[in-house]
Amino acid sequence: MSPIGSHMFMCDIRDLMTLAEQVRAGNVRAVSRLISLLENHPGAREVLRFLNNTSRRTTVIGVTGYPGAGKSTVVDRLVSLYRRRGLKVGVLAVDISSPLTGGALLGDRIRMQEHALDHDVYVRSMATRGHHGGLAPATGDAALVLEAAGYEVILIETIGVGQNEVDIVDLAHIVVAVVAPGLGDEVQAMKAGLLEVAHIVVVNKGDLPDADNTLRDLREWCPNVLRTVATTGEGIPELAAAMTRYQQSCGVGHVGEARNR
Amino acid sequence: MQERKPRFTSLSGFDTNLVYTHDDLKDWSPDEELGAPGQFPYTRGVYPTMYRGRLWTMRQFAGFGSAEDTNRRFKYLLQHGQNGLSVAFDMPTLMGIDADSLLAHGEIGRCGVAISSLDDMERLFEDIPLDQVTTSMTINGPAAVIFAMYLAVAEKRGIRLERLNGTLQNDILKEYIAQKEWLFPPEPSLRLITDTIAYCSEHVPKWHPVSISGYHIREAGSTAIQELAFTLYNGLTYVEAAVKAGLPVDRFAPQLSFFFNAHNDFFEEIAKFRAARRLWAREMTRRYRPGDPRSVQLRCHAQTAGCSLTAQQPMNNVVRTTIQALAAVLGGAQSLHTNSMDETLALPTEDAVKLALRTQQIIAQESEVTNSVDPLGGSYYVETLTNRLEEAAQDYFHRLDDMGGMIRAIERGFPQREILDASQRYLRESERKERIIVGVNEYVEPVERPIPIFKIGQDVEQEQVARLSDLRKCRDSFKMAGTVEALQEAASCGENVMPYLIDAVKAKATLGEICMALKEVLGTYREPVVL
Amino acid sequence: MAVASAPLRILIGKVGLDGHDRGVKLIARALRDAGMEVVYTGLHQTPEQVVNTAIQENVDAIGLSILSGAHKTLFRRVLELLNEQDAEDIALFGGGIIPDEDVAALTADGVKALFRPGAPVQEIVTFVKGLKPHG
Ligand SMILES: Nc1nc2c(ncn2[C@@H]2O[C@H](COP(=O)(O)OP(=O)(O)OP(=O)(O)O)[C@@H](O)[C@H]2O)c(=O)[nH]1
Ligand SMILES: [Mg+2]
Repeated sequence: MSPIGSHMFMCDIRDLMTLAEQVRAGNVRAVSRLISLLENHPGAREVLRFLNNTSRRTTVIGVTGYPGAGKSTVVDRLVSLYRRRGLKVGVLAVDISSPLTGGALLGDRIRMQEHALDHDVYVRSMATRGHHGGLAPATGDAALVLEAAGYEVILIETIGVGQNEVDIVDLAHIVVAVVAPGLGDEVQAMKAGLLEVAHIVVVNKGDLPDADNTLRDLREWCPNVLRTVATTGEGIPELAAAMTRYQQSCGVGHVGEARNR
Repeated sequence: MQERKPRFTSLSGFDTNLVYTHDDLKDWSPDEELGAPGQFPYTRGVYPTMYRGRLWTMRQFAGFGSAEDTNRRFKYLLQHGQNGLSVAFDMPTLMGIDADSLLAHGEIGRCGVAISSLDDMERLFEDIPLDQVTTSMTINGPAAVIFAMYLAVAEKRGIRLERLNGTLQNDILKEYIAQKEWLFPPEPSLRLITDTIAYCSEHVPKWHPVSISGYHIREAGSTAIQELAFTLYNGLTYVEAAVKAGLPVDRFAPQLSFFFNAHNDFFEEIAKFRAARRLWAREMTRRYRPGDPRSVQLRCHAQTAGCSLTAQQPMNNVVRTTIQALAAVLGGAQSLHTNSMDETLALPTEDAVKLALRTQQIIAQESEVTNSVDPLGGSYYVETLTNRLEEAAQDYFHRLDDMGGMIRAIERGFPQREILDASQRYLRESERKERIIVGVNEYVEPVERPIPIFKIGQDVEQEQVARLSDLRKCRDSFKMAGTVEALQEAASCGENVMPYLIDAVKAKATLGEICMALKEVLGTYREPVVL
Repeated sequence: MAVASAPLRILIGKVGLDGHDRGVKLIARALRDAGMEVVYTGLHQTPEQVVNTAIQENVDAIGLSILSGAHKTLFRRVLELLNEQDAEDIALFGGGIIPDEDVAALTADGVKALFRPGAPVQEIVTFVKGLKPHG
């Protein structure tokens, strides 16, 4: 048996192949285990070779934006919408690890627990483990695993600090930036960072009094700005439609050939 | 001599001096800050004679199992000298869920009594003269529905609503902040509360339609400052909503009541009650200029701190409760619940409840602390604490005002985060043994002696489910559905829902059916994530 | 086989209807501060949601809090579901107002540890640290 990876990680290649096989059959436990392996052992990336499946077409949507803007709530609503269309949906939600202790408190999925009983929805929380760039080191690999397991849409929620969220641009076909009204300075800062990489900008919390101002302000600045109220679902179908239009305008892809790579 | 610690602090974190003197109260004017008992700003108490006129109401919170089980416990308590009833409901009832819902599985009658319909409410108060007792009902999300059931029972027995006396907790803001038992979003919930306030001011004048509660805020780990500030600010929010709905302040404000925690820091707690009265009187006067002095008087119930009790060496809890109860009495509370020593292990046994009641009776009858009003008034230390608590609470008021009020602040997770951070600070302090908890981080006994534990019958769940199924079979469902539809209609066009609720419960619509119907109209709520 | 540096992953949540989440949040913070990755699910989780989530998140342990007295029904159901899904390797622990008798019964059923209100947080952290990473 040829062991792969570093001396810290010994794993029978045949076990990995079996796991990959189970993943491709859509086995949820196998998906979960493989993502953990990829998170914990760089050497396990060898397995990605066995996952390749060019016949699949998965759309990867990145959702970014400042803390508390409503990213998770928007993702939750999009999951519901894609489920009504009969699609299998994967979610990767990234939160930051404490630089001091390495621990993390992963709370994005609180918003998504209504889908916990749906077998065609897979939600995975990931911690950045010291990685900069807005995602966890293994988020890209996890997306490949989900694609191989037959998930047709993958939604990725970034940590959302607003700066240096560069990873998502390489990974996602469509990047949505979520903004909440009344964050004057933050919106200004975002203009210089996030909004530049976003294909679609969403002013969420459209029910708040300041929403109109923020919308007006942003529309001067970029073409694709929508209003949503994620808590009620208002504007979510329009967001999905805007994403479809954008995708059509630049052709489809799958995870393995993300656009900027 | 070297002191035991580098710093002495109150539980709220105030630095405490070695001794307080005249210097600490230099600009302090007794006329302005104290007044006489029963006089503005009511620091010394809302009544001129306080406990010399009438002792506080001894009101033990009780409820478990079926309506019959709790009815028996009520009669036991009345027989041992308790003078007010206080109903604890089980979790499904508190969440507006019927006993036969899947979500209720395992929860029925566990931490309170199960009430799903008017029939249950009738059995709960069987042989109890509703016009002679005062009844407190601790329920919030579905408070209006439960209140409608109580009124319907009274009506059925031919008791006029004007004669009913009691309290509905009905304080939803602190649910979003601390206890997390809500059914609808904040704005429509506030409207339901305004409806009960308006209904009471017209039809049930002796009833307290809202008990603005700091108890649960404190139990969630807040400091005394936060308890005081958030509770009073919630109160002002209810007043504002009612005034906006067109009610003159003097029509309802005298019936508002408060509910505070009585915790461990003896002097700080006493000061908290005093500061609460003064701050409420001042804020109500400043904001609304009411004509009736009763509109600015803060009357309150108090309960000793459940969160201070320990599962270790449970007998120690009797002592904790005694000290806390004494603080509430010296603080001038109008009614009091004392916790039983076994409550960190299960619901209390009859003996444990009796001991808790006796604790109050001993304070009332043997300690002679009731002889003089506000006996600590004028103490350099207590007056300083009272001032500092009032100031600290006012700081919070300003921050909340700046955020656009309590609902906006809740949506931002502000009070929730303040409380969680405070409770983490306390945890750190006790881990570092800066705060000693007897039997927990000091004087630990390796082997604990077990105490008797109260057990709830196993068949409550099945019985309750069977009853509900009978009720659904026997009622006139067509008529019932009509009343529920009318209720939805009223809720969606902003009419007062109380009369419609009474009709619906009389037609035997269940609690769960009514709450479900209201959710369709009023919506549901998701809390902000505060981690 | 796990590397020493891979953090433990723990699911923390509340089952049942009560909303007293101070304790469970403080535990979540404490486990994070001890270097673990804590997946917090929030209030009112059903046993089914908990077990599906635990599997998707590939956690090493599940910690549940309940103060309403429904602990026996709910903890047993979680164990049952873990069993059905072939996931008994995920450890279950919990906290709540739980009488001795029920503690004994539930630990016999397979709950790894039960803590009462006021249990020192350090004790809980130490317990969780001592758990073996699963599978
Ligand atoms: N009023 C209003 N509140 C919203 C809306 N969408 C989300 N929220 C609330 O905003 C808060 C934050 O929402 P989340 O979805 O957790 O935001 P997030 O961007 O994922 O937050 P982080 O992951 O912590 O960065 C929650 O309390 C939501 O209920 C909206 O459209 N209107
Ligand atoms: Mg989020």
